[in-house]
Amino acid sequence: MSILINNETRLLVQGVTGYEGLFHTEQMLSYRSNIVAGVTPGKGGDWVLNGKVPVFDSVQTAVEVTGANASVIFVPAKYVSDAIFEAVDADLPLVVCITEGAPIQDMMRVRQYLSSRSTRLVGPNCPGLISPGECKAGIIPGDIVIPGNIGVVSRSGTLTYEVLYSLKQNDLGVSTCIGIGGDPVKGLGFVDILELFEADAKTDAIVLIGEIGGDDEERAAEYISSSLTKPVVGFVAGLSAVAGKRMGHAGALIEGNLGSADKKVEALQSVGVKIARSPEEIPGLITI
Amino acid sequence: MRLQEYQSKTLFTMYNIPIPNGRIAESVREVKQISEELGEAVVIKAQVLTGARGKAGGIRMAKSSQEAETIANEMLGKVINGYVTKKVLVDQFVSIEKEIYLSIANDRINQKPVLMASSFGGMDIEEISIVSPEKIVKRIIDPLLGLRDYQLRDVAINIDLERSYWQQFGEIIKNLWRVYVDCDATLVEVNPLVITKDGELCALDAKIVMDDNALFRHPSLADFHDKDAESPAEFEARKAGLSYVKMGGNIGCMVNGAGLAMATMDILESLGGKAANFLDIGGGANAQKVEDALRLILDDPQVKSILINVFGGITRCDEVAKGILNVCKEVELHVPIVVRLVGTHDLEGLDMLEGSPLIPARSLLKAAKIAVNKAAEGAK
Repeated sequence: MSILINNETRLLVQGVTGYEGLFHTEQMLSYRSNIVAGVTPGKGGDWVLNGKVPVFDSVQTAVEVTGANASVIFVPAKYVSDAIFEAVDADLPLVVCITEGAPIQDMMRVRQYLSSRSTRLVGPNCPGLISPGECKAGIIPGDIVIPGNIGVVSRSGTLTYEVLYSLKQNDLGVSTCIGIGGDPVKGLGFVDILELFEADAKTDAIVLIGEIGGDDEERAAEYISSSLTKPVVGFVAGLSAVAGKRMGHAGALIEGNLGSADKKVEALQSVGVKIARSPEEIPGLITI
Repeated sequence: MRLQEYQSKTLFTMYNIPIPNGRIAESVREVKQISEELGEAVVIKAQVLTGARGKAGGIRMAKSSQEAETIANEMLGKVINGYVTKKVLVDQFVSIEKEIYLSIANDRINQKPVLMASSFGGMDIEEISIVSPEKIVKRIIDPLLGLRDYQLRDVAINIDLERSYWQQFGEIIKNLWRVYVDCDATLVEVNPLVITKDGELCALDAKIVMDDNALFRHPSLADFHDKDAESPAEFEARKAGLSYVKMGGNIGCMVNGAGLAMATMDILESLGGKAANFLDIGGGANAQKVEDALRLILDDPQVKSILINVFGGITRCDEVAKGILNVCKEVELHVPIVVRLVGTHDLEGLDMLEGSPLIPARSLLKAAKIAVNKAAEGAK
């Protein structure tokens, strides 16, 4: 078992003929993910990657023909909200949006729309998910992670890779790793993922990687205290950040009293989460 | 991108939000001329992108054009909270009966827009929230439905606004909402919105912050970009497509990925060092981008050592090594550089660096320790 994606996931790639889309579709295929379709409006009927992936003009058609049940989005930021709406309207249960730079008001409208639908959105501005040995939906390098029983959830990209690499160096494997993204307005949050890990029989411990901005970590702490039975190791990036300065990610910003790393660390520690001071310290704190 | 007050007021005018008569000036002569035209007392306001301008002497009243001339002489060129005053806005003086706070902003917690108002106008919203949080009225707006008319009445009632102003007040909020949506703002703020002695509503101040991610939709507003609001290093970084923030320490940092860049700075601090900058070269950076980034760091005279931390995924470590070596060929390195490369093509990258003066390291913690020690030596 794993969460959200497994060997039964049938992936569709929106923006499959673009530079990023094509490159990462090839990477996902070589990880043996089951990619059943690509979508690029105006290029329906083509095949990409030596005839391995058929291209469709619309998500709806791609779903009808191939039975795709999850989408990974690589389309440019200016088209990204439309791509998400299209995937949601085709009733895909899972949409993973890798694209960085989506306008915030677009994402607020997407969020509001999703509240009345059953689609789960991961991202935008995220590295996606990997259930090692089963499926990769996104851009997390496959060779730095091995199958196992640790669930990893993170707001970051390369920092997550650093953690996965460190786990692998210590022979620790992962059930599913999911990057929820660095934007202020996004799909699934820490609490949603923690609920899924709690219910997943294969996940025995969780690594949570947060950063400055918003109150996702504080909400995670509340959930951990009230409902989570599995041990959690945490890391929060941005202890050295200054208030009012955006640190790369659109969402990595300390605003007034909201979002400092100190408070997040304090909230997580107060509910029994062991906090690592560097990514390399994480494996040593995991007790299963 | 935060707009200057005069730019925000230009937009307000386009959306029928009343503002005082006034104009922007760049010279003392212009200030004098505008104040003569306005004919009455004027308020001269420094156009600098910082809060608390008034306290720092950036907002002053002049009762005559002579006085306006004197004030302009003092204010133009004056440094206010670190920003040089290059322009001043000359507004007609308005007699105030009552001040109101009004804004529409992105509410991070609810992930929706929020309308905020308070009868404590003129104060900083964070100040109001500390002094009397019950005086801030907040209404969440459905981003798909937009502002509802009843919400306007609701806010007016809750800030104890006299009924005779409801109509005018409601129109202003509706127009403010249009500005917020049309300009892809993350904040539109009027503080204060005043009721004048003549019983009119007027926006004395205007603040608009635009979503940088949406600038592509607003090519005309991109002209509003104020180069003076950025440091030269920040300007260069933006041009090169790098995410750069000056941090004030003496260890230059170059990292791929924002989260990892923050974590790298944190580790330096936990070891007693301090980063000179936050710098994210982004995903899939080529040698040219690495070159630009390294030059930017080397240009900072405070830098005593440099830590390059790259975890190769889409980014290839050999490209990073190539970029670093290109710079080394052209300039004499005056500070030690520690390079940690892991991931895609890391061995190739490290091979390329062999024989160069660069200090290679495999573990992040070890690399950080060396960088901190070298910076401490260099600072002696």
